[in-house]
Amino acid sequence: MSRESVITEQPGDDVLLAGWGGTAPTRARLASPLTEADARQLLDRAPDRGAIARGLGRAYGDAAQNAGGLVLDATALSGIIDADLDRGIVTARAGTSLDELMRWLIPRGWFLVTPGTRFVTVGGAIASDIHGKGHHVDGTFGNKVRSFRLLTGSGEVLDVDRESSPEVFWATTGGMGLTGVLLDATFELIPTETRFIRVDEERCPDLDAMFSAMEESDSAYRYSVAWIDCGATGKHLGRGILGRGNHATLDEVPKTKRSLAHRFDPHQLAVAPPILPSGLINAWTVKAFNELWYRKTRVSHRDLIQDIGLFFHPLDMIDEWSRVYGSRGFVQYQFVVPFGAEDTVRRIIEILGNENWPSFLAVLKRFGAANPGMLSFPMPGWTLTVDIPVGRAELARTFDRFDEMVLQVGGRVYLAKDARTRPENLGRMYPRLPEWREVRHRLDPDHRIASDLSRRLGL
Amino acid sequence: MNDALGSVQSVLILGGGSDIALATAKALIARRCRTVILAGRDPESFSGPAKELRHAGANTVESVTFDALDHSSHPAFIESVFERFGDIDLVLVAFGVLGDQDRAEVDPTEALRILDTNFLGAVSVLVPTTAALHRQGHGTIVVLSSVAGERARRSNFVYGSSKAGLDAYCQGLGDSLVGTGVRVIVVRPGFVHSKMTDGLDAAPLATDPEHVAGAIISALTRGTEIVWVPRQMRYVMSVLRHLPRAVFRRLPV
Repeated sequence: MSRESVITEQPGDDVLLAGWGGTAPTRARLASPLTEADARQLLDRAPDRGAIARGLGRAYGDAAQNAGGLVLDATALSGIIDADLDRGIVTARAGTSLDELMRWLIPRGWFLVTPGTRFVTVGGAIASDIHGKGHHVDGTFGNKVRSFRLLTGSGEVLDVDRESSPEVFWATTGGMGLTGVLLDATFELIPTETRFIRVDEERCPDLDAMFSAMEESDSAYRYSVAWIDCGATGKHLGRGILGRGNHATLDEVPKTKRSLAHRFDPHQLAVAPPILPSGLINAWTVKAFNELWYRKTRVSHRDLIQDIGLFFHPLDMIDEWSRVYGSRGFVQYQFVVPFGAEDTVRRIIEILGNENWPSFLAVLKRFGAANPGMLSFPMPGWTLTVDIPVGRAELARTFDRFDEMVLQVGGRVYLAKDARTRPENLGRMYPRLPEWREVRHRLDPDHRIASDLSRRLGL
Repeated sequence: MNDALGSVQSVLILGGGSDIALATAKALIARRCRTVILAGRDPESFSGPAKELRHAGANTVESVTFDALDHSSHPAFIESVFERFGDIDLVLVAFGVLGDQDRAEVDPTEALRILDTNFLGAVSVLVPTTAALHRQGHGTIVVLSSVAGERARRSNFVYGSSKAGLDAYCQGLGDSLVGTGVRVIVVRPGFVHSKMTDGLDAAPLATDPEHVAGAIISALTRGTEIVWVPRQMRYVMSVLRHLPRAVFRRLPV
């Protein structure tokens, strides 16, 4: 008897799945429904350990994996169903990627709320209630969603409208896919005259300069984010480059580029090979990179006309970039603290520098208003994101310490990135958790929708 | 569930009385493990350690009866543990006997008792354990092997051969489980100051249970498959195993 035969006969393949960070892979049965009826049938026949939908696997932690259970690959359920290009409203299947949408929409004068990658699906964008550089103006992806259809754990398909069923709507938006499988969604677009962003860049010599630059003039820009050199210590602590921009109008684009101002056809420059060793990203390589990166930017650089792809998704140019971290992978830690808790951000950057934790990409962003999403991450305040390679055993304790510091000032970590927080932190981070649990329980009393994340955090 | 940094939430310890196992349990609890199941022949004797583990922060500490020599009971035992406690993130195989080498050389009962416990008992319980973890889709098996299994020594080759068998089995098991979400970590400590070695003369590079626990934690984080404790032991044993037998058997080890 082979070990495989222990598993009940299920469509799909046994695969090892991990998040974008490449940590804690688990085995699940992966099936790709081609139609809604497929999805329904698969869910109906899901094993005891339940099912979860997975998009393009860009959640960094264990949100879209389900050890010993079923994972529904939603990417085949894709495509634009309906578009009102006068009013800027689109209905797309949940497996449609933002890349696909942008390639179609940008030439037609429309854009979307986008995170740092185009390779996320509409379903994933809603489940993680993703945000991007424009949060202080546009809010999250969920803020733009008007309605969606949801296949619940009990097999029902619900039409969920923001106005008429706010509870299910806001439990699902940011609900990490645990209220059901999203089938399609209708959402609002952002107008853009061209495929360019007019960008202003400035170097900020320390964290205070960075905070005040963002406080003073973020409102003049639709998009704003800062890259922080986490290796800088002492009087350079928190130095970085602030990059902000607005959609460029046709007049602002240089004449030579005007004829192609609507063309949007980004491609990948390279693929990271699958054999890179762990340890390539270490304190030394990161220090050298950060120093160069900081110096390569002029002290101030105004009215730079940048392609949307380069401005929003620079990492998308390298396919499978997470491989540079090697087989051990990395943890992306993202937290938010309310305004007034700037000191917590400073102390965390200080610890990263003093203890030599290498972080290539430390990103600081000033969030705007929160939305009613029960488990939605953004709140008014500062959010910092760092990528740390897995290796040194003390990392667990360092992150736990950060959690405590963040909790003390009423902040939280982002579940779409999380791969290691303590379950007992969750209720303190997300005070509306009981309310969310109630809605989930009502939609799916047997908890047939489950993920490694829901098991690990006891959601 | 295992988290990104190798921390676990529940552990089943086979051989709950072992000093190394307890030190490991404490280290795991410090890293958010909340459920500890201590299994052994005499679960009543675990009340002291259980209290310590609760004090260290575990929510659930249960003692259950497990006899390594009662092979036929193993499948039902494993099934009941997984049924009762749900996901088990880590199974630590920590039971074993040093045995009496001198007696084992003349008394087959003693020789077989050592092999039966350390090798056959472990394999017997690992088969259903592996199946349960495979169904669960994730989990880690940590097996306490020994440097004694790396090269049989004149002074303890019965124990050494039992660990050699176990070590080889677990390496193969680990390779067979690639792609299943289940992994196997083989730990090869040198001389460890513990109840098991009480009264014996310490060998060079002797270590203690806390160090072994620390090495296991680090291996869980880094995904190491073979762990030597202390780390230098790897190089020492690498030299020793290549010595000609005529030289090796004359060594005072």
